Amino acid sequence: MIKKLVRTIEEGFFRSFMFLSTCIIIFALCLIVFSILNKGIPSLSFEMISQTPKGGFYFGREGGILNAIIGSLYLSAGATILALAISLPVALYMNIHLISRKKTVNAIRFLLDLLWGIPSIVYGAFGFSIMIMLGMKASLLAGIIVVALLIIPIMIRAMDEGFKTVPPGLTESSLSLGATKSEIAFRIFVRQCFPFIITGILLSFGRAIGDAASVLFTTGFTDRIPTSLTQQTATLPLSVFFQLSSPIPEVKNRAYAAAVILTIIVLLISILSRIISGVYKKSSIKF
Amino acid sequence: MNGPYKIRVENLNMYAGKIHILKNINIRIPKNKITVILGPSGCGKTTLMKCLNRLTDLYPEMHVTGKIFIDDEEILHARNDITRIRKRMGLLSQRPYPLPMSIYRNIAFGLKISERRKKKLLDRRIEHYLKQASLWDEVSDRLKEPASCLSIGQQQRLCLARGLAVDPDIILADEPTSALDPMSCQAIEKIFIELKHSYTIVIVTHVLRQAVRMADYVVFMYLGEVIEQGPAKEVFNNPKEEKTKSYLQGVFY
Repeated sequence: MIKKLVRTIEEGFFRSFMFLSTCIIIFALCLIVFSILNKGIPSLSFEMISQTPKGGFYFGREGGILNAIIGSLYLSAGATILALAISLPVALYMNIHLISRKKTVNAIRFLLDLLWGIPSIVYGAFGFSIMIMLGMKASLLAGIIVVALLIIPIMIRAMDEGFKTVPPGLTESSLSLGATKSEIAFRIFVRQCFPFIITGILLSFGRAIGDAASVLFTTGFTDRIPTSLTQQTATLPLSVFFQLSSPIPEVKNRAYAAAVILTIIVLLISILSRIISGVYKKSSIKF
Repeated sequence: MNGPYKIRVENLNMYAGKIHILKNINIRIPKNKITVILGPSGCGKTTLMKCLNRLTDLYPEMHVTGKIFIDDEEILHARNDITRIRKRMGLLSQRPYPLPMSIYRNIAFGLKISERRKKKLLDRRIEHYLKQASLWDEVSDRLKEPASCLSIGQQQRLCLARGLAVDPDIILADEPTSALDPMSCQAIEKIFIELKHSYTIVIVTHVLRQAVRMADYVVFMYLGEVIEQGPAKEVFNNPKEEKTKSYLQGVFY
């Protein structure tokens, strides 16, 4: 009888604990979104997204954050493309050529997870020290390379999780049709795991556009829109970071606007990734 | 059985790590007949099948010794042309593995690998192979749809058509009906009987009744050894070995 009562109390306790935790996280999320929108929406205007800051980003009261929007898009797109060119072959190699060497593959996975855990400021500092060694200045190209390094582990692991789900039977069947390993990689694995690849790409893009620390030393900040890879480039996260500390309210507003736009971009990306992977899931075979 | 042999296996041994899985296998598989490899689960039937088209290469822990001849060509140690050897053997696995693309492109996949073909010719060939696998009537109006929309039974026939499209002379079928419902199972068996005039067919199964229905030649395996082999009538009516007799009487599975 008592045992039953204890079990009921136990059940109730854990249930309410889980409920409470869920409430806290949802509340926190809503609060963040609310406070960003609350401060950001009033400062959003057409001028804000169509002009670069006038009279210096730290002191000028006029102008918007077009430099940071364009800069961030350039930087993240460049880094994502570079990372994709490296990640896809690695993920395919791990799952097709190394499939029978479980220890090697697991070692690589462990290494990638370690890299994933390294703070982005460390990537930034690493990139910065290499740039000093080579006598380079902060530039869009340097930022693209460092951010690509930052997101490569994320991208590889996202694709790897997808490729892992391909059953050995599919590989065997394809081999017995006379397909080579490269044909299996690019015509079967890529197709079967397309939703995972898209998710991996968009996830990495989201991480790339939102990261401030890795671009702090490597891309710098400027009022202008970059016209070549060797120029310094403004980014949205740094736009928030630099301008929020300004005592001038108009400059502060630019920081809030940058935060809103960044949030909207990241939100759009995750919605987009769900839609796209949903569409392509239909043509994948369920095993 | 007198007549030409298509596949000859001599002193084949297979080890997975230190475990001795196939023990000194010697079999002959007659040309353009259905050979059924029969035996209880775990006796090495599937492994033997994997040796035949060298899928064992995929797994470094699998070590194969002995000889396998196909039309007097030794295939186990010829290093450079695995793809060509594999293309001579269509493989039908326990459950269908259609490729993640449309029905049309599933068949075209093998054809295109074999050689580049013109679109019209490709269409005709695809129709031909789908008809051979008696799938054409069911899918002719939705060739562009993904293969994932087919039922399991249809997928298995699609895999058969896809295998035939590579133009093999041997069909290896590893318990091809074990995942299928009785209707699809019947369809597959019927296709095999039609196909045996132009292909050498090897079927692995543990279902005795299926073996009786289809076999021209039977190889009975038990615990990694070939216990008995011969023409189906002889083996089923007058088994020489005790173990074969017990299996036929349903003593063990």
